[in-house]
Order: sequence, then C-alpha cells, then structure tokens
Amino acid sequence: MQDVDAIVKEALAAFAGADDADKLEQVKARYLGKAGALTQLLKGLSKLPAAERPAFGSRVNAAKEALEAAIVERRALIQARKLEARLTEETLDVTLPGRGLGVGGLHPVTRTLERIEALFRSMGFEVADGPEIETDYYNFTALNQPENHPARSMHDTFYLADGKHLLRTHTSPIQIRYLEAHRPPVKIIAPGRVYRVDSDATHSPMFHQVEGLWVDEHITFSDLKGVLTELLRKFFERNDLKVRFRPSFFPFTEPSAEIDMSFGDGWLEMGGAGMVHPNVLRNVNIDSDKYQGFAFGLGPDRLAMLRYGVNDLRLFFENDLRFLRQFN
Amino acid sequence: MKFSESWLRTFVNPPLSTDELAEAVTLCGVDVENIEPDLDDRVLTLKPTPNRGDCLSLVGIAREVAAVTGAPFIQPDIKTARATITDRLSVALDAPQACPRYCGRLVKGVNAGAATPEWMVRRLTCSGIRPISALVDITNYVMLELGQPLHAFDAAKLDGGIRVRYAKAGEKLTLLNAISPLLTPAYLVIADESKAVALAGIMGGLDTSVSDATRDVFLESAFFSPETIAGKSRLLNFSSDSSYRFERGVDFAGTLAALERATQLVIEIGGGSAGPVTEARATLPSREPVRLRLARIERLLGIKLDGIQVGDILRRLRFEFSAVEGEFRVTPPSFRFDIAIEEDLIEELARIHGYDQIPATVPASSPTMLAVPEGRRELAAFRKLLVARDYQEIVSYSFVDSAWEADLAGNTVPVALANPIASQMSVMRSTLAGGLLNCLVYNVSRKQARARLFEVGRCFMTEASGSYRQPLRIGGISYGDARHEQWGLKGRPGDFYDIKSDVEALLAPLAGEFRPAEHPALHPGKSAQILLGDMTVGWIGELHPRWQRKYDLPLPPVLFELDFDAISRRELPAYKETSIFQPVRRDIAAEVDEGVSYQAILEGLRREQPAIVAEIGLFDIYRGTGVEKGKKSLAFRVLLQDTRKTLTVAEVESAISQLRRILQQQFNATFR
Repeated sequence: MQDVDAIVKEALAAFAGADDADKLEQVKARYLGKAGALTQLLKGLSKLPAAERPAFGSRVNAAKEALEAAIVERRALIQARKLEARLTEETLDVTLPGRGLGVGGLHPVTRTLERIEALFRSMGFEVADGPEIETDYYNFTALNQPENHPARSMHDTFYLADGKHLLRTHTSPIQIRYLEAHRPPVKIIAPGRVYRVDSDATHSPMFHQVEGLWVDEHITFSDLKGVLTELLRKFFERNDLKVRFRPSFFPFTEPSAEIDMSFGDGWLEMGGAGMVHPNVLRNVNIDSDKYQGFAFGLGPDRLAMLRYGVNDLRLFFENDLRFLRQFN
Repeated sequence: MKFSESWLRTFVNPPLSTDELAEAVTLCGVDVENIEPDLDDRVLTLKPTPNRGDCLSLVGIAREVAAVTGAPFIQPDIKTARATITDRLSVALDAPQACPRYCGRLVKGVNAGAATPEWMVRRLTCSGIRPISALVDITNYVMLELGQPLHAFDAAKLDGGIRVRYAKAGEKLTLLNAISPLLTPAYLVIADESKAVALAGIMGGLDTSVSDATRDVFLESAFFSPETIAGKSRLLNFSSDSSYRFERGVDFAGTLAALERATQLVIEIGGGSAGPVTEARATLPSREPVRLRLARIERLLGIKLDGIQVGDILRRLRFEFSAVEGEFRVTPPSFRFDIAIEEDLIEELARIHGYDQIPATVPASSPTMLAVPEGRRELAAFRKLLVARDYQEIVSYSFVDSAWEADLAGNTVPVALANPIASQMSVMRSTLAGGLLNCLVYNVSRKQARARLFEVGRCFMTEASGSYRQPLRIGGISYGDARHEQWGLKGRPGDFYDIKSDVEALLAPLAGEFRPAEHPALHPGKSAQILLGDMTVGWIGELHPRWQRKYDLPLPPVLFELDFDAISRRELPAYKETSIFQPVRRDIAAEVDEGVSYQAILEGLRREQPAIVAEIGLFDIYRGTGVEKGKKSLAFRVLLQDTRKTLTVAEVESAISQLRRILQQQFNATFR
C-alpha cells in the first residue's frame, strides 16, 4: 500500500520538473501510460485477495485522478509561461514613428477662409463666387462709381493690355453678378483673390477679401453691426473683443462704415461696410424702396495675421515650407 | 490735409484736448491719421474721404468740428477791398457748364519781392507747402484757409482779356511744372486773346507766371465743375492741390470771398492798388431739396430719431430744411457735393448722432436651410484629400513671368497686364504649373529635399470672342522621394504612378482615362491627358528634362492639373443587389510587346468579355529572365461570377479561354 503514495509523490515531483509540454507528456506516460507505474499497480489488482481489491482499486483510481488533475494544471502553467515568454520577446518599441505617408496642410489663409465660411454658413449665408478678370462696369460703374469718380483713386487698378478689362480690385462685383441672377432675400458671402497696384509689408499686389451681402425687406444698419461684431468675436473666440464702426465712404454703400477692432489697446482696421446704396440696387433692377440691406468686405489675410501673430503679409505669398508647415 | 492745430482753433475752439478733438472728428467720419508735435503747437493730418471735398480747408474742417462738437464756428473776417484804380480785364465764359463762375481782378504796383510774413510761412510749412514767393504763398494760403484754389498771373504777360474755353487740339502750353501736355478739346483752359495761359483748375502756365519782377498781378478765383476736372490727373499722370479740390467739389458760393481775401493779403504784404472785380457768371450747380422721412431713418438704421434730434443735427451741419409731420425737406449747402438722396442725409444723421449710439442687433429672419447639392463635391473636400495625401497648399500670384507661360504652357500670347508691378509679374497665368514650379525651386534652394505642393486657383485664357475663360483649377507638384525619409521603408523616388494615384483619388468615384499626350511642360513619354468621358479635364506628367535643367532642379518633379468644375460632378449612388454566389478567381499571365498599353488591352478584353467576367485587374508586370527582350509579361486577375447560380468548372474554363483568345488575336499575346 505504501507503493501508491510513493508513486504519487514521485510523480508530482516529476511533473513539477517538466518545464515544457513535450517533457510533461513523457513524464505522464511514465506514470499513467500503458506501462506506467499506476497502470501496473492496477494490473496487479487480480493478484490481491478479493476482499482487498475494491479498497485498493479505489485508492489507485483516486491517485490516478489526482495525477491527471496535476497534469492539466501543469500543462496550463507551461502554456501560460510560454505565452508570457513569447509576448516578452515580441514587445515593440512603440515610441518609434509610424511608417507610411505623411500629412500635408492647408495654407493659413485657406484655413482662415474656411473658418469664416463656417461661421457665416451657420447663419444661413451661401458662398458665392465670381471672375477675377472683370469689366469696368462690374468693378466700378455698377457699384455707383462712374468713370472719373475720385473714389476710383482709392483703388490702384491693374488694367489688362486689351484696354477693356481689369483685375477686380475688390470682391464687390460679386454683389452685382449675384443680384443680377437672384432676387431678394439674398444672403451671401464671396471670398476670393483681389488685386491692387501696391506692394510693401502691409500691402500685396494680390490679396484676399470676403464680401458679404444681405438684402431683404428689413435689414438695418443695426443688424450690420450685430452680424459683424458677432463674426469677429466668434472668429477670435473672444467675447471681450471690442468692435467699433466709424463713418466712412464707399460709393456703393450709404451709410458707410470702417470696421475697427480692439483687443484692449489700439484700434485695428478690419474692413469696410455699409447699407447697400440704392443706386446699386437700381442697377440690378431691385426696388430700393422695398428692399434694403448691408454689404461688407473683410480682409482674411489680416484676420489670419492677427489670429496667428504673422507680422508680414508677404509671408503668405512667399510659400516657404518652413512658414506654411507651422499652420498644419 | 495737414495743418497746425493753433490755426484750426482760430476758427473753432472746443474745450477739448488735441486727442479728444481728434477722436471726436475721427468717430464722425473724418479720419485724423496722425498728430505730431511742432514746437508748442501740433500738426494734424486728416484724411477726408473722397466725398468730402469740403474738408480740404481749415474753414471746412472747422465747420465739421463745430458740427461734431457743438462749439461755435468763427467765420473768417474777410473785408472787401476798395477799388482804387479802374483797370480791369474782361472775362468771357465760352464753356459756361464747365466754368459757371469766374472772378478776377488786377492789383497794380505790387512789390512781388516782399518777404512772406513769418506767421504765413509757418502755417504753410506745417501744411507741407514750401514757401516760394509772396504772391504764390498767398494763393496757397487762401486755398488752405478757404478751400478755393487761386491763381496769380503776371498781368504784363497777358494779352488782353480772359477767355475760359476748351483747348484746341494740339494747342501749346507749358505748365509751371515744366510739363507741356498734349492738349485736346477735353481740357478746359484759361486763355488770353492770343494763347492758352493756364490749364483750368489744374495748373498755371509757365510763361504768364508771377516772379519777383512782377509789378501788376491778375488774381483768378473761379469755380470749375468736378466733372470737368475729374479724370484729368490720370490722363496727365500728375495731380495738383488745385485739381484735387476741384474734382471733389469747391464751394461755388465762396469764389468772390476768396478773391477778396487774397486781395487783402496781397495789399497787406506787397502793397499795390486793387482794381474792381470782374465777375462772369452762368448757371451755378443747383442744390435740390432732398426728402427725409423719420420712418425711413428708423427703417434703415434700426433706431428712432425724433424730429427735434434730426432738426438739431441738420442745423449743426448748416443744412437748410423745412419739416412737416415727420417729413423733412433738406437743402444741402453749396460746399457739400455729396448729398443727393435720402440715404446721404441719413448717413449724416447717423454719423453726427454717433455710430456707437446704434445698437448691434441680430436680425430676426426666417430660418432657411441651405441647399447641399449631393451631385457636386465641394472644393474643400478636394483640398482635404490632398492634405491627407501629404500635399502642402500654397497660394501664389495669379500674374506670372511671361517666360513661365511660354515654357510651361506653350502660351506665347498670354493675357497681359497694361500696368504690371514688375516684369516677372506681367501676364496672367493659364496654368498653375508656373507658380508650383517656382515655389518648388524656392524651397529646394532652401534645402528641402522633398516637397509635395498644391494650389487651387483660377487660370486665365483669351477666348476667340475676346472675352476671358477663368476656370478654377487644382494643381499639384511632387518632388523627391515618394515618402518622407523614415525608418523601415527603403527610400524610393516618387514617380509618375505615385502621383497618378493621387489624381485617381481626386477623381474617385469617377475613373479617368489617361491618354498619352504631349504637353509643353512635360516629358513627352511620361505625360498624359486626363479624360472623363469625352471631356479633357486635366493633365499629368513628369517635368520635361529641358525645364528641369533650366529651373535648376536636381530631380524631375511630377505635376498635375485638373479642372475643378469638371471633376466636381458625381452621380448619386444607386444600389444594386450583391450576388450571394462566391466569385471564382483565375489568373492569366500574358506576354505582349512593350508598346502595347495596359489600357488598350483592358478595353479590348472588356469589349468582348463573357457576361460572367465580373472584374479584370492587373497584379504584376514582369520583365527579365524568361521574358523575351522588348516584351513584358502582364499578370491579370480575373473574377468570374454569375448572379443566379454557382459557376461550373466548364463555364469558368470557357470564359478564360475566350479571354486568352482575345489577348492572342488582338494583342499577339503568348502564354506560358
């Protein structure tokens, strides 16, 4: 009887010594296989007196079950250790950079225009577009600026060699083109490139403007103030931003205003605005007694400069990648 | 308009500091641009808008300050000179619309060499006007003070009476600035009986000008209509203080007073005896009453002003008016040329009342949803796609060097500017390639080994009709390695096919056809026209080696350009049921001549392919061992499928044989 206990003890020690799956299977065969020690004991059962057989038999079976359970446990342990070793071996340096294609970026002015468009769209403004080579009619005359009007000297105009066309000096011609094709209510913004004969740190011969136009029956100067104040505050994400409207003159608006903005000290000129001049509405056959509205022109380049702390307008058109990538 | 503060305060003296005064005036519409100290005085620079010609004098600005601050306006004390001699020149107005009022007088026995008094020199200098001689200084001084440009002629050099007439074509006149403009009947001149002596309202003639030797002087004070003078400085290419004022409008009621003021100063400084004034008059500009309704004020501004407030502001602005039940009839004064309609008056009310007194409101409007057309992709989507594919956006000038147009677009007659800012910015681009290439060269010369750039912008082309086509284009350039330098990926130069995949992504879900085509900018064997259906929508290719050398690039970039309008259209997806039967895949390796294009084979197969062929794709191209020189082996993947049943082996084999037959018969393909 001593034999069973001794075998179990010896077998358990052998299992514990087996540190991989194959060895464990070999050890298992030594005790539980066809020629294994426990199997042999069971085979000797018939030699025992009949009275002892049941007790002996159940002892051996219990031992067998115990060893089988121990093997399952050992097998699981070996597997767990093996997995652990594999995981350790497979560990990556997750701090290495990712592989593949990089990411580019938008030009800072595009980025600014997209924000402005998003803000106006949220107020129900549509985005309109127009040509950059314009006729004198759309750029000036239809905007209440007949030939020889002194206000024309406010815009140093690029003329084409054909003597008939010019590069638009502002995005305002889009007002006319849009109103020719649509009847009020009209609520649009029109971003785009504009051109003037001018070049220094704050002037570029090509720059951007966003034109805005809202014509309906009851749009007031007070609404103009409200919309542009809100726009600038939302654009700069600052509710303490001060916005000031200063009387000014544009042939195509009456009353007209310069829009000034302040973060606290000093005023910055942000653009021009006003109530659409009745002559402009008349030029596109809109009843100026029934309809009225406001128009404005903002400088997105300047907005981008202020927003991102850029001090020279020309940087936007130099396209140095070291500059452009800062806005990605 | 520059002047000393102390001079202004002789006409209006509100109890305000310089800064307060400047702020008040600025906020009412006349921008004080600059204030600089000058001894114990200050020099103010004002920038009146082009509609405010009335603010181009001390008296005009004083009136504006008085209106803004409520301080009283002190009229200048102008005495009528007593005529002590009877000599006079006749004045004839041959162009009464252009010059409806002309006042002149002789002053004889003047000491033209007398020194200009110190106080006048100082005021002129503060206003940026260089003192010249007593007579010239006096005319300038009165112009600054009253806004009326004057001219002094040496009477001895005039031949008889004055005639205000249009110039004769080719008439000779040398001006004070030594310029002799080509005169035409568009110009108004002052003439004596034999010649033109001044360009009316613009500048006097050299021959009849005053000098220290002048004894007898003829003083001119006239009104020339803005329409007569406007546009002339652009034709002449110079502007004068006089033309600047006349084209904006000079007070036609002040013509005589200015002449008296000048006479008074001439006699005070240079002595002499004044003759009687000769005044010629025709019909002066009219000032029609303008209707102003209280209801309209509120409707336009969004604030209510009552009749008392309106009356007060109109009085301050020196407007005459009558009022009946909320409706005013307002007559603007002779010095204002910018009040023609009700809105002009409403602006006047608003600016004097104060723009800051008008609240900022958000309009109540019916909420309308914006249309979101699904049949078009937005520009922003294309930009985002390129950014996600490692392209950096640039914005380059729309005017370019004509050499770029010739080199890169073969365009020898580009849309040219009449007045370019520089010769390398003299023509409008017809392609984005120039700007992209230029920007690439700029960055490569600043040690960038790799760059992928794109631009969105209009290009400009002349149509046969003489009008212009201005399509919006999307262009890109890729230079250097396909990927940025990184670990674990072997560096490889980006090539045509890398950039082609970017273009394909832009076109997706549409599939473009890439047709071999030559382009002036591109390598003739590595360039293609891009078509959608029958329409050419752009091009792609490697820069021609000739330009690579000329623009000094170590490696050849690949460029593309697409027409935004053409590629932005898309169809709405229309669902088709997917097959429940598994597709069968078979591969075919076909060896064909190098010259046979993939596209040609694909089209040949598709034309005659059996109905169960669902997809044909290329998965390898092999050249080298085992493939005859001058040939290439193309490995096609063929997916076969029937939507209603599982395919039998026989059906599959028959379809593949059919494809092989096409390859063999049409493209002389061999198989292994």
